[in-house]
Parts: sequence; C-alpha cells; structure tokens
Amino acid sequence: MAKSPDQEHPHKAFGWAARDKSGLLSPFHFSRRENGDEDVTIKILFCGVCHSDLHIAKNEWGFTNYPIVPGHEIVGTVMNVGSNVKKFKVGERVGVGVLVGSCKKCENCQQDLENYCPQPIFTYNSHYTDGTKTYGGYSDTIVVDERYVLRFPDNLPSEGGAPLLCAGITVYSPMKYYGMTEPGKHLGVAGLGGLGHVAVKMGKAFGLKVTVISSSPKKEAEAIEKLGADSFLLTSDPTKMKAALGTMDYIIDTVSAVHPLLPLLSLLKLNGKLVTVGLPDKPLELPIFPLVLGRKLVGGSDVGGMKETQEMLDFCAKHGITADVEVIQMDYINTAMERLAKSDVRYRFVIDVASSLSQ
Amino acid sequence: MAMSPENKHPVKAFGWAARDSSGHLSPFKLSRRITGEKDVTFKVLYCGICHSDLHNVKNEWGKTSYPVVPGHEIVGVVTEVGTKVTKFKVGDKVGVGCMVGSCHSCANCKDHLENYCPKMILTYGAKYYDGTTTYGGYSDIMVSDEHFVIKIPDNVPLDGAAPLLCAGITVYSPLKYYELDKVGTHLGVVGLGGLGHMAVKFAKAMGLKVTVISTSPNKKKEAMDHLGADAFLVSRNTEEMELAMGTMDGIIDTVSAVHALLPLIGLLKSNGKLVMVGAPEKPLELLAFPLLMGRKMVGGSCIGGIKETQEMIDFAAKHNIVADIELIPMDYVNTAMERLLKADVKYRFVIDIANSLKPF
Repeated sequence: MAKSPDQEHPHKAFGWAARDKSGLLSPFHFSRRENGDEDVTIKILFCGVCHSDLHIAKNEWGFTNYPIVPGHEIVGTVMNVGSNVKKFKVGERVGVGVLVGSCKKCENCQQDLENYCPQPIFTYNSHYTDGTKTYGGYSDTIVVDERYVLRFPDNLPSEGGAPLLCAGITVYSPMKYYGMTEPGKHLGVAGLGGLGHVAVKMGKAFGLKVTVISSSPKKEAEAIEKLGADSFLLTSDPTKMKAALGTMDYIIDTVSAVHPLLPLLSLLKLNGKLVTVGLPDKPLELPIFPLVLGRKLVGGSDVGGMKETQEMLDFCAKHGITADVEVIQMDYINTAMERLAKSDVRYRFVIDVASSLSQ
Repeated sequence: MAMSPENKHPVKAFGWAARDSSGHLSPFKLSRRITGEKDVTFKVLYCGICHSDLHNVKNEWGKTSYPVVPGHEIVGVVTEVGTKVTKFKVGDKVGVGCMVGSCHSCANCKDHLENYCPKMILTYGAKYYDGTTTYGGYSDIMVSDEHFVIKIPDNVPLDGAAPLLCAGITVYSPLKYYELDKVGTHLGVVGLGGLGHMAVKFAKAMGLKVTVISTSPNKKKEAMDHLGADAFLVSRNTEEMELAMGTMDGIIDTVSAVHALLPLIGLLKSNGKLVMVGAPEKPLELLAFPLLMGRKMVGGSCIGGIKETQEMIDFAAKHNIVADIELIPMDYVNTAMERLLKADVKYRFVIDIANSLKPF
C-alpha cells in the first residue's frame, strides 16, 4: 500500500499544499528524504510566489498531481551536507530554483543546460529518481542534490533575491542567448509583473535603452521613476504605437495571457527578435509576413541551466539587482494568490517561511 | 495625356503582360530607357517563372497594378554598358533578380541588405526613381542599374541558373543568417517545389544531412535518388513524424499555404530553428509551451542582398548547382501558370525567351 506523504521519508516536514483545482493552500504534513551523499539539506527562510505556482495549484496546465506543495524560488541555510558534497558547507546561504534533478547524461545536461534535459525533475509536482513526489519551497526544509543548489552571494538580500531563482533566470537566460545585451540597443519589455520588472532592471544593467510595453497606464510612473525604464508605451494608444514602429532591437514578452503578436512584431527593427517567456495556455496567432519581410524571429526560453543561474545571481549581486517584493506570512498565501491573479502586486510576493510557517 | 507603356521610353521592347486579375498573359509592347551612365542593358535569354509571378498576375496580394510584365529570375547577355559602369562589359553573362533599385543610404543598404530597404524597388510592378513602372523579365531587353546586376560565371548553364536569382537566394540567405550551414547539421526542408529543391541542393553542398518533409509520398524517390536528400518524411504519417521528433537542427519551410507549425516545431532539437520562407497570408497557430520547452525559434527571411546573391551564384557555380527546370516557349506561359498552381512542375518553369519571344 502506498505510503502517506508524511511517512514516505525519514524526516518530518511541514508546508502548505493545494489539494484540488480550487488551488486553495492549507497546512500539510509530509517528509523529506535522508540526506544522501550528494545532497544538501536546507532550512528554508524565504520562498517567492511565482505565477506558475498559481497556474499549477489550479491545474490550469492540466498536469497537476495533487497534493502539491508549490514554491521554486527558495532561499535558505544549509543544515547538512552529504559526504561527496564539495560546493557547500553548513551555515551557508543557498538558493534552489525550478529544478532539483535531471538525467545528467544527455547533451543538454553535459552542456550545463539541465533545464532542457528531456527528463527534468521539477522542484515540485514531479517524481524524483526514487519515484517519490517532489514538494517545493512553501515548506520548512528541502533536501536537494548539490548540483541543483545555488550559492547565494553575500550582498544579495534573501527576500529580494529569492524571485531571481525563477523570474530572474527566466529573463536573464534569453537575454544572453538571443544576444540582447549590446549596450545602446533598444529593448522592449512587454508586461510589467514579476518577470517584466526584473527584465527592466537587467536591461538597464546591460546598458540598453528600455521601453516598457504595457496595457496599464497606471504602471507608467513606476516604470520610469522607480524601475529606471527610459520610456513607456501604452499598447492601447494607436498614435504612440505607430510612432514606435520599427524602433526596437529586441522584445522580451512576459505576458502569460493570450495576446496579439502582430503589434509587438511591428515594433521590432529589421532582424529584430521577440522572445516569449510567458506561457499562455492557448495558442497564439503568428503572422508570417512580418517575419519574412523583416527577417524577424520569435523564440522561446525556459528558465536556465544551473551554471547560468549562478552566473545570473552573481551578476545581480554585482549590479545591485533584486526583485521588488511584498513579504507575506504563510497564512496570507491564499489572499496573495487571489491578488496575483489580478496582477495586484509590486512585483513578487515572497513568503517569510522561517518566521511564519508554524505547525 | 499619359504615355502608353510603349512610348514611355525611347527604346522599343516587347514582352508578355497580364492585364487583369484573370492573370492571363499575352503579348505586350513596352519600352526601355536609354542606357544611363550606371546602367547595364542586356538581351534577355531566359526568365524563370516564380510562384510570386502567379500571385502577382492574379492580384492575390491585392497590390497589383495592371498591366504587369512579371519575371524576376532573368538571365541574359550584356549588349551595352553606361559610361560609369565598372563591373560589366558587353558580352558578359548576367542576371537580375527581384530588385532593381534601393535608397543606397539607409543602414540596410549600407549593410548590403538592399532587400530590406524601405524604399527597395521591385523588378516589376513598382515605381522606378524616374516615376515610371518597372517591367520584368518576360520581355526581350532589360536595363538595370549596375548595382543590381549579378555576374554569372562562364561555366554555369544559363537556363538552370535563372531560378537561382530568386529561389536560390531565398533559401541560401537564411541558411547562412540562421547559421544552418555548418557541416553535419541536420536540416529539414518542408515542401519540394522551386524553393524546396534548391534548399536540398544547397544544403547537401554545404555538407548537411537533409530530410525532406512533404505531403506527397510520390516525391520520395526523386528527393532521395535525384536530389540527394538523406531521408524523406510524409507529414501526414504520424508514426514517421513521431519517430523523427527532436532530430533536426533547423527546418526551412517553403510552404505558402496555411499549415500546422506544431509538428514542425516538434521535429526540432532543442535550440532548433524553424525558418519560414514561404509566406502564408493568414497567421499560423503558435503554441508557447513547445517553443519555450526547447528554446526553439521561428524566424523569417526574404530573398537576400545583392552582395549575398552574387556570393550565392559563385557558390552554386563552384558546386555545380543549378535548378531543375522545364524549359518552355513564351506562348506556353499560361498553361505553365495553370500547372504551377497544381505544383505540376519539376521544379521550375524557365521561359526560353531568346528563342521564343517574338515581336508582333
């Protein structure tokens, strides 16, 4: 007979889980595995609330295996290291992002692209190599293979740094891969939420001119004054959109709702690149003429490998880039999810797990 | 009173034109300008029939201004050069493709990307610098600015070379730009027509592994035995398609009809590139998950600049690449258009202008 979550493994753990597609989270007892030779056991301090957590809690993508403990923007301190662990020691501050395992053998894994391994093991809602379910960071501890643990730079605050583990790498990786880092070039950031606001900050750190492209006029002041964007383009203003035609070298599209691509493609110059990192659950319409006539491309990107995630954290530490966060208590999480669904957050909720997750 | 086409310019010329959206072509008197100081005048020997010619004569893109003399895969022999022409002399074998003018001052023109110049002048159906209408290669003479003339090396058969000027560059340019030209790359080619068969030939010459993806199983033998493709996938055969998933570094998609992108994106390895060179009129469905999960991209490309077109011709000459053609007399052109519509040609019609276009 299958073991219950709190008996599967030797070490008791506690978190909040969603049990059905209402997505409502509530206290949940489960367990963590014994710390293996390659493992690091982490006491969780903070965990960011990623929009994917909401999608998966409500089974919007159709692959949720309840109960789930979400959370893949985890910051904590090392409590135990396995005998083969080289990179970390007890007491160090570390992070865990979207992945806790991969095959380690395929071409992608060998090229530090674990995120594109055909057999990824996600931090939650996956099955580990021992067949048990993975549970994420809305919990008190986690045990992770050293390879998938990140060193948290000293000067990077935990609260503002946690969202970098998913939101940060999600925009950093395509900016590097698609060559969107040439100083002086013009980057458009579509959508100003968790991903978008980090993209603005990184864009400025790369020396780019940054325009925020948004459907919400009330985001303009923040975009320019607080986040440092050079300009703001309201998608519902036809005059402004027309004036901006063919002015951008690249666009990072963070919008997860279904939306038209043609206006964004029209904003690109010749050879322009539109990179989509949001995940609408229905197909988008892709007009082909603009791609052909302007030699433009639409590309995707999905988080980043471990090496690059570390590089991103170090880059952010160096440039003083953190997410803008609203720190919340664990029992606020359901309200936070409701507000997140309405984009009512500047710009990421982060759960103060250590102070507020109590049994 | 507006001048008729045959009186617009001083030099009499003749060709075949479409006069309305039936697309039916018939004899037409036109005229060409005097050879300007930077112009090259040449006697047209051959002109390829591009599928764009068909779209244009029938006004399928809604932009056609009749009468239209199509033809932008033009090859001939130089008969006169202007006083400031340095690159060509009488007797040279030359070609003209899709463009006869551009602004020469924008960033694209300066980067040898005249095809992306916002003021680019098409070889037919456009307004030249002097305000007159451009007429294409279904005619006996062409006068073209030296900048837009391509030299055809001596060893290249002229009839088979004509389609290189549009079909050839259309597939060559993206293979280079999207870096799909490295030895050992696995390239898929969707659609085996004028563009597709050229893509197979170029790709094999570049040392690529090539898989043709087609709806027609009866094209398999030709694709593999004659064109040298390494493999052939019937796109409606779901088993074959599934087995091939995640195997290709890039795909050149030459199909202009609306079609599904999802199976093609599935064929790509991670970081794979789907390049569209056919242009369906309606948007295609794009699912975000498969694109993101493999860091894949969909890009487009449109012909190529003049410098690259010359490079492509030289590459073709070096590797003995010409188009597979069906040579036809001028008066067969309407039948050819009907057959082209049904994709009934292996793989490009080329009009034997010099031997069959007679004045009247």
